[in-house]
Amino acid sequence: MKPASFAHHAPLTLEEALALLARHGEEARVLAGGQSLVPTMAFRMARPAVLVDINRIAALDHVTVEGSVLRIGALARHARFETPAVAGPLGALLARVAHHIAHPPLRLRGTFCGSLAHADPASEWCATALALEARMVLARADGLREVAAEDWFQGVFSTAMAPGEMLREVVLPLPAPAWRGGFAEFARRAGDFALAMAVVGLRLEGGVVRGARIALGGIGGQPVLAREAMALLESQPPSPALLEEAAATAARHCDPQEDLHAPAEYRRELVAVMVKRALRQAVSA
Amino acid sequence: MTEVRFTVNGAAQCAEVEPRLTLADMLREECGLTGTHLGCEHGVCGACTVLMDGLPVRGCLVFGVQAEGADIRTVEGLAAPDGTLNVLQRAFQAQHGLQCGFCTPGFLMLATWMLEQPGGVDEARLRDVLASNLCRCTGYQNILAAVRAAAQEMGVWKG
Repeated sequence: MKPASFAHHAPLTLEEALALLARHGEEARVLAGGQSLVPTMAFRMARPAVLVDINRIAALDHVTVEGSVLRIGALARHARFETPAVAGPLGALLARVAHHIAHPPLRLRGTFCGSLAHADPASEWCATALALEARMVLARADGLREVAAEDWFQGVFSTAMAPGEMLREVVLPLPAPAWRGGFAEFARRAGDFALAMAVVGLRLEGGVVRGARIALGGIGGQPVLAREAMALLESQPPSPALLEEAAATAARHCDPQEDLHAPAEYRRELVAVMVKRALRQAVSA
Repeated sequence: MTEVRFTVNGAAQCAEVEPRLTLADMLREECGLTGTHLGCEHGVCGACTVLMDGLPVRGCLVFGVQAEGADIRTVEGLAAPDGTLNVLQRAFQAQHGLQCGFCTPGFLMLATWMLEQPGGVDEARLRDVLASNLCRCTGYQNILAAVRAAAQEMGVWKG
């Protein structure tokens, strides 16, 4: 399996990259880590005529706290998050998630933004971005726009990004001091695509849960919020019974898909267990 | 065709390649270094693992043109010039860490990277890293034993 022919450009600046994307439109794809794009090219599922390789644009390789947000540049590799990229529970959650992405060599090469742009249904970062209310910063030759995580995912491998645009940065809001995160996924072998995962964020204020977010991944075409379970938790003390009920609610209301790895009902049971584990982790953190 | 200049195991190389040629194919076809094996060609098996600027990469998921200016290390660079095997290679031999040998170059390069990292290696790290590659003879226990033995001999085992 060899990729089809393409022209390779390795610009040294973002401006040059955006000019290439503007010129080639739908024919062009951005090449960052290549850990998802290159396999799809090998299978000829993707046949871009032009690759805009951004690996030499050093300005895109950053993970920085700026004011009340964490800015993740297009070249920040997964491995960058294995040791906490930011202090406190957010950095701890990102480190826990990062450790579940594929295997060490792929984590050293693949990028956070690349995962969001590829939008694999089982991507850990996609579910994380949804749970953490990430904003995607899209750059094109003549400007910028931002898209909220809830509007970003549009089905399997499908996002709100338009031809000529590049996902320059993902912005994560820094959570309040009372915030806690949790993550759990199930895969049959370490490093496999998960059959189900849950990413949770919530605040514990005055003994009750506030602003809970629960994102589910790996069960359908795109990550989804477990809205009914989120509502159930609001303003309640996080008793074991409540967490159990929230997990069961998430499982009842989700719409898992069947594929050759697992039947839908098995995934539904996994959702209950993963949500429960992630919630327990969050409230005991 | 694009001209690419890089080094392999310390020796300067220059190749004229199509952009779609992978790094692994470039090493095999343009440099004649056939020790790097291609298994799945889509990043799953790790047989084509080589070190690029000190980091392990799937040679099938990097294009040759991306190696411009890079320092590549392959299995051919492990033994001494006279053919004397290094510590890791000897450990694979002593512990029966290979059967058919197809996956061996990838495992050797992956383990080489891990053993050179500061901080040493413990059992959890050993298993986390070696889970990256596949051995279809399923000789995993002996591969683990070989790398463990090499780590002990090199003084980096934290068992």
